[in-house]
Amino acid sequence: MENKTQYLEDISQIRSMMERSSRFISLSGLSGVFAGIYALGGAFVAHQIINNEMGTSYQIKFLNLSSGRLEQLVIIALAVLTMALGTGIIFTTRKARKDGLKIWDKTAKLLIINLLIPLITGGLLCLIFLHHGLLGIVAPSTLIFYGLALINASKYTFTDIRYLGFAEIILGLISAYYAGFGLYFWAVGFGILHILYGTLMYFKYER
Amino acid sequence: MKDLLNNFNKAFENRVRLGIMSVLVVNDQVDFNRLKALLNVTDGNLASHLKALEKEKYILMSKEFIGRKPNTKYRVSGSGKKAFEAHINALENLIKGTQ
Repeated sequence: MENKTQYLEDISQIRSMMERSSRFISLSGLSGVFAGIYALGGAFVAHQIINNEMGTSYQIKFLNLSSGRLEQLVIIALAVLTMALGTGIIFTTRKARKDGLKIWDKTAKLLIINLLIPLITGGLLCLIFLHHGLLGIVAPSTLIFYGLALINASKYTFTDIRYLGFAEIILGLISAYYAGFGLYFWAVGFGILHILYGTLMYFKYER
Repeated sequence: MKDLLNNFNKAFENRVRLGIMSVLVVNDQVDFNRLKALLNVTDGNLASHLKALEKEKYILMSKEFIGRKPNTKYRVSGSGKKAFEAHINALENLIKGTQ
């Protein structure tokens, strides 16, 4: 009987080794929260720019913004992406250090590669859409491909991100149907969903 | 109690060996340095446990060269996988049995 705790420890050692060696578990929920906040900020600024250009008509299906404005929008998007990635890396490194894990190992590599396959495909497709002036379909496409990327990457980190992936895909499809309101769907998908998911993850794994 | 203990595999009685098997059953192949980092053990300690498991033919070793550096990779054998599963089942039964 006195061996029972020892066997339980054996089992927990087995479980932890299997997980540690095959999944990247240092991903911090807080990075999701901050990514969401930046996305909302970026969407707000983009909204102001589009409003200045087009008056109060919110619906933009085709590219008729002056090219200077489009560049501004691209710069905002890149700034949001850089800030979100930067904060994400900081929080994730901090979490890895706290748990005594390496940040850059094989699981991190697998996670990033599997995230990037759908993400780069989607990114290139969006550039092609932009090239043809199909602005209205860009925001829905980013949501759909981001969702696919999350589902693809979920095998290599917390399985919970699958659900975020499904939510992004559904939102992207609805957004594609109502093309032209992309910025609002984008704000919900990248802003609000990230904040919700990040908060849930933070309380589930980091408290 | 005696019967249950008979299913216990002596080769897995050590925590490091248990760790090695756990890592190898969920990964295609893992190199020495990664095992070392995951299990947080010294070179010598890890090498001796790897050798013991190799001797039982539970794991297979392959040596490669990355540039000039030798890179030793390990993977689990079919019999190793079976033996490890049997060991986990025995562990579970023991725990259930003592409840």
